[in-house]
Amino acid sequence: MAKIKVEGLTKIFGKKPSQGMKLLKEGKSKDEILAETGLTVGVNQASFEVDDAEVFVIMGLSGSGKSTLVRLLNRLIEPTDGKVWIDNEDLAQMDEKQLRKVRREKMSMVFQKFGLFPFRTILSNVEYGLEVQGIDEKKRHEKAMESLELVGLKGYEHQYPDQLSGGMQQRVGLARALANDPSVLLMDEAFSALDPLIRKDMQDELLDLQEKMQKTIIFITHDLDEALRIGDRITIMKDGAIVQIGTPEEILTNPADDYVERFVEDVDRSKVFTAENIMVRPATVTLEKDGPRVALQRMKDEKISSVFVVKRNKELVGIVHADEVSKAVKENAKDLGPLVHADVPTVELETPMHDLFHAISTSPVPLAVIDKDRRLKGIIIRSTVLSALSGNEVTDNG
Amino acid sequence: MAEWWESIYNWFDGLLNFMPRIPLGSWVESFVEWLKNAQFVFDGIRSVIAFITTDVFLSFFQLIPPIIFILALTGIAYAIVKKQGSYGLPILVFFGLLLIESVDYWDDLLLTLSLVLTATLISIIIGVPLGIWMARNNTVQRIVTPILDFMQTMPAFVYLIPAVAFFSIGIVPGVVASVIFAMPPTVRLTNLGIRQVPTELIEASEAFGSTAKQKLYKVQLPMAKVTIMAGINQTIMLALSMVVIAAMIGTDGIGRQVYYAVGRNDIAMGFEAGICLVILAIILDRLTQALNPASKH
Repeated sequence: MAKIKVEGLTKIFGKKPSQGMKLLKEGKSKDEILAETGLTVGVNQASFEVDDAEVFVIMGLSGSGKSTLVRLLNRLIEPTDGKVWIDNEDLAQMDEKQLRKVRREKMSMVFQKFGLFPFRTILSNVEYGLEVQGIDEKKRHEKAMESLELVGLKGYEHQYPDQLSGGMQQRVGLARALANDPSVLLMDEAFSALDPLIRKDMQDELLDLQEKMQKTIIFITHDLDEALRIGDRITIMKDGAIVQIGTPEEILTNPADDYVERFVEDVDRSKVFTAENIMVRPATVTLEKDGPRVALQRMKDEKISSVFVVKRNKELVGIVHADEVSKAVKENAKDLGPLVHADVPTVELETPMHDLFHAISTSPVPLAVIDKDRRLKGIIIRSTVLSALSGNEVTDNG
Repeated sequence: MAEWWESIYNWFDGLLNFMPRIPLGSWVESFVEWLKNAQFVFDGIRSVIAFITTDVFLSFFQLIPPIIFILALTGIAYAIVKKQGSYGLPILVFFGLLLIESVDYWDDLLLTLSLVLTATLISIIIGVPLGIWMARNNTVQRIVTPILDFMQTMPAFVYLIPAVAFFSIGIVPGVVASVIFAMPPTVRLTNLGIRQVPTELIEASEAFGSTAKQKLYKVQLPMAKVTIMAGINQTIMLALSMVVIAAMIGTDGIGRQVYYAVGRNDIAMGFEAGICLVILAIILDRLTQALNPASKH
């Protein structure tokens, strides 16, 4: 069951938005509606579902409506039309009291510029959500301290926000959002105001926390690298409408239109592709049936200087080198076994391409890509890494 | 003026002859007369203001021997600036008040202080809630803003006339005129202070499920405090400037002495009374500014 389900969610800014709504349903574009009525379409009939414990990234350039969309989800901005179900309750239909209850117990928000109260201490900032619920002071302190500890800010509780660095302030923002233990976390460009290294740390930390806590996270960003790093699924928005929803890989390999394609063009592919995406079909010999002569012939055929040795079930045994094999052939040896070097550099199917660079640059032989049962699935040679980086061709799973 | 131009002028002037004189003044006058039907309301207000000014503030101040008063105020000033490490304010308070006592304006000072404090108190009681309402409602802002402009641009003397009409002469109409004249900054800056709270903080407070009241007391007012205090400071200064004008309708205090001195062309008296007002103004200004938490947490 989806944790959050959004259907036809629309926001039109201006007087008489119903007029714009009608035009939208007739299929008019944002620009046409602006020219015709002076109304601004913030979000145009967005529909999607977010699963429990999923990290759902909404991405778009500024003005694409992503920040408006996230505010429609907790009704900081009132929707013009459409539905938002959270745990099967329609948020758009709720009265103020019910809405407050959802905001207090189910979803909290992290802001781009942190949104900390400058006149409150760190502890009292983190307590805010509990304080407005009327939870007594002792319990409030306790929960807030737990939350601060979780983000690694224990010991700073009596400082004020302006005494902390940007990264630390956003940890406070995160701690505040976690303090009332919501199941949904809305993060609006939460790391965009941080410098790149701190941002990366925060992304890692969020992923670590997510592994433990399993929240449903809706994360807004304009940074594709960030989206690819943390998103289970990514939604791309343009002019208030959703252009594409998919896993990071789907978005990259199969962009829905020119807009998305231009978006993903300059992405750092090394962060997205895994060994599985770029490996090539290996030349192998089978330990049980092939001898040195077969191995030598195969190397000649493939114009390579070493060949991987596998068992019948494709389990990786090791590698043999041309010089040693040809020596064995001259000595009339029948068995490959003594010639096999078992210490082959291996990587797993899921190893990100980013981590392959070092291995491939220090290894004299190709990298063997193996699965959980040590079965050889493919190999990675320098040229495949380079061609994948340039974005030209990605071979299918060898 | 050349004759030919005069005839042209008269011809154009004749175009407006059809327009009768609009009796704006007498309309307002009859409106004020009509309002007097509610004299019992004004009598009520009168007694409340008189009570606060004379029975609360003035009687309290008069209980305190001047030297104790001076030392106490110096002590308060010291306590306020202690953390900032500058001791100019307590020194100013001590010698300034001592000077006022030595030129025999102490009783006038206490009355003027009572007047200013009453006017300020009323301005805050009315002005801050009005400012909050303005900040939350654009329609209210659209209606109140021109009224505030009117209140501030109308020459202060003009307020004396209705003040006398409704509240007779003496201290009370002085306070009323001061309130009208001095309240706008408090209203304006309360409105401004609340509207200036960063959107993200308002959103944060709402996103965590605050009620409107919690948002106001836990976020908006604390954030607007510095600006509101600046408004109150302005109100105090304006109220003080009004007390001289209010002397024209029989309001006692230092202002009365200034008014007399002007009438008699008495330089010595004018200077003494004037310098007492300046000292009081500086003390009130610095005290309220030092109270403002702008520079600390």
